[in-house]
Amino acid sequence: MSEGEAKTVASDERASFSWISALRDAGFLALFTLGLSFPILAFRTRQDLWHGLVLDPRWDLVATVVAIAFFGRLSWLVVGGRVSRNVQSFATQVGEVLAPLQNYKGTFRLVGLIWLIAYPFLAVLIAGPGGALKWIDNFGIQILIYVMLGWGLNIVVGLAGLLDLGYVAFYAVGAYSTALLSTYFGLSFWICLPLAGIFAAFWGILLGFPVLRLRGDYLAIVTLAFGEIIRLVLINWVELTNGAAGISGIPRPTFFGLPFNASDEGFAAFFGLEFTPLHRLFFLFYLILALALLTNWVTIRLRRLPIGRAWEALREDDIACRSLGIDTVTTKLTAFSIGAMFGGIAGAFFAARLGFISPKSFEFMESAVILSIVVLGGMGSQVGVAIAAVAMIGGTELLRELGWLKSIFGAGFDPTQYRMLLFGMAMVGMMVWRPRGLISKREPSLVLHEKRAIGGDLVKEGQG
Amino acid sequence: MGQAAMNTGVGPALEPILRVEHLTMRFGGLLAVNDLSFDVARGQITALIGPNGAGKTTVFNCITGFYKPTSGRVALMSGGPQSDPAIAALTDSPGRSQRVGRGGVYLLERMADSEIAAQAKVARTFQNIRLFTGMTVLENLIVAQHNWLNHASGYSVLGLVGAKSFREAEAKAVEIAVAWLDCIGLKGRADDPAGALPYGDQRRLEIVRAMCTGPVLLCLDEPAAGLNPRESAELNELLLSIRDGNGTSLLLIEHDMSVVMEISDHIVVLEYGKKISDGTPDYIKNDPKVIAAYLGVEDEEVDEAEAEIEG
Ligand SMILES: Nc1ncnc2c1ncn2[C@@H]1O[C@H](COP(=O)(O)OP(=O)(O)OP(=O)(O)O)[C@@H](O)[C@H]1O
Ligand SMILES: [Mg+2]
Repeated sequence: MSEGEAKTVASDERASFSWISALRDAGFLALFTLGLSFPILAFRTRQDLWHGLVLDPRWDLVATVVAIAFFGRLSWLVVGGRVSRNVQSFATQVGEVLAPLQNYKGTFRLVGLIWLIAYPFLAVLIAGPGGALKWIDNFGIQILIYVMLGWGLNIVVGLAGLLDLGYVAFYAVGAYSTALLSTYFGLSFWICLPLAGIFAAFWGILLGFPVLRLRGDYLAIVTLAFGEIIRLVLINWVELTNGAAGISGIPRPTFFGLPFNASDEGFAAFFGLEFTPLHRLFFLFYLILALALLTNWVTIRLRRLPIGRAWEALREDDIACRSLGIDTVTTKLTAFSIGAMFGGIAGAFFAARLGFISPKSFEFMESAVILSIVVLGGMGSQVGVAIAAVAMIGGTELLRELGWLKSIFGAGFDPTQYRMLLFGMAMVGMMVWRPRGLISKREPSLVLHEKRAIGGDLVKEGQG
Repeated sequence: MGQAAMNTGVGPALEPILRVEHLTMRFGGLLAVNDLSFDVARGQITALIGPNGAGKTTVFNCITGFYKPTSGRVALMSGGPQSDPAIAALTDSPGRSQRVGRGGVYLLERMADSEIAAQAKVARTFQNIRLFTGMTVLENLIVAQHNWLNHASGYSVLGLVGAKSFREAEAKAVEIAVAWLDCIGLKGRADDPAGALPYGDQRRLEIVRAMCTGPVLLCLDEPAAGLNPRESAELNELLLSIRDGNGTSLLLIEHDMSVVMEISDHIVVLEYGKKISDGTPDYIKNDPKVIAAYLGVEDEEVDEAEAEIEG
């Protein structure tokens, strides 16, 4: 939009702005809030000494909330349009600024890689050996696990356009197969890692067969159900999985047979270093970095192969695919199982990293988080998914760092409780301002003359 | 065969590539296609015309496996003439296809949509264009060559390690795609998203995308819909070049009489799911039943309508 046009739109809006209708609108919202807060906020329940139920009315709270809703809405109606437009244009600008960066991809990749490799050392340098533990473990490793999961799910959702709400099931399959194989049969981590991938892929095919005939909402619901089924089986098959108590004592990964401990056969002793728990973290960091990069490499490669193009074509229009002789069931199954495989490998890493797993780690919330990473990042975009994972998981971890806010809001204030609220707000904000994700452009997989990114408006999201 | 040979206008019976016999398609209480029989001659352009809702698209969907016909037989004879006893034997067996030499007999009503495209080599386009809008023009044509390319990539194993044989196969696929793009004058737009092309170009791209699958029979559902006269003329040329240059047989649904009358070798007219006429363009043009049905006019207005068609 040119500047002149923008001005006319703005003045038109001012002209058409009417206090009466704004007041009516805000009043309506206040009424709505009142109705909504009546069952939720108006009464607090507690038990008195005789175990009877007592209702404490909290009308002051209700009044506050209604007032906030009224004035909030009113001020949004007065200035909100401008704010929203500014944010919108800012978001577009950010997107535009980021877009030409695509041309320097090689440089970025190199700088990013060097930074990632140097990260644990930088953490030690800056935060000291004690402080670095947190930065490497909670931030580095944790984020990279989600980057890998995001990339794995990106194959299914972003490329093939299959809405999978039960991805965490494959993460669980990988983790549990590693835990069971290593505790029951004493298999080493390095054998469990590929086996976990294979098992997860196998389960992907097994679950995929009946499911992939469904489309859209139906597929989403059934995958959701499968995720829950796997979790419930893990909880209830107590003889095998030890139920909700989980499996502990999973052997930690070794450095080509050298354990990370203070013993004489340990890694530190072998290399003549002083033992510190940092060694294991460094190792785990580089391991998950390598696994994530492997996922990325395979995905990028596959995208340029016929199978990858068939996935994207399937996302675009599966009827056209069938008219071209593409076997849609096999194509969907490959996407499903390859995505599952990476989820399984990440699960194996997860199990070995903590040495303990329980079904609590594989709840629907995890699937939702991974899916939001893919959606926020921009479906199909590898870089976008990585950025979204850093923002979402790093952001959650940062909330833990906000303990000092207690001095402002009182001792009962726990910032991590607001995680889901912030998540939701980020989602809503994205859907309003960048509905196709951070990076919505699609890169062609094959170029004749000149590479040009394809605008997100033309790229379809898939119907199932 | 009895019904199919009931040509009222065609001179000597031509050798068919597709034989549709007693095809019936019922949607609940609606008889969309009613005991329809016709032949598509090898190496020719056959047009299927009829008023809106006559069941033309439904016939296409039955031929290409998107619908499973209620009853009837749809036999494709690729490679060369096939004997009636061979088709009859296949019909009696539980099989779906019988390879003979480089071609074979395929009973399309028994096959699924993607199998029909992949094995029997019947390609189609859609009444409402179905391109991969978010993929480039070139990608669209490469996806169309998926089956042999995927095979050449060793089901992705060879491709993943970057084998030379796969790179060569891919180069070959690009070459084929570029040749087709040249043919419709879109080579310069190879790297543009297909969804950004003008409507007429999208129609032609969809046709060459279907051609990239290497079909023996190409089914086009209203390829001229929404085209201006110049684009229609270009389309005619493209279709004739496909017929003559590639030896592909064509079956097309079309409302645009300038296209139908000019390029078809043979026309089948449908009304309310039933065949009402079948013959050469000249024969059809002068068949009062067709004029009445096609234009939906009373008998006394037929002359008027006839003049319109001639004009
Ligand atoms: N899947 C379906 N379910 C139910 N009825 C259908 C279905 N497909 C087509 N029909 C009906 O069958 C009849 C024939 O439709 P068809 O689309 O084949 O007509 P057509 O000859 O292609 O018309 P047009 O020239 O408008 O494209 C119509 O009455 C239509 O409503
Ligand atoms: Mg139609």
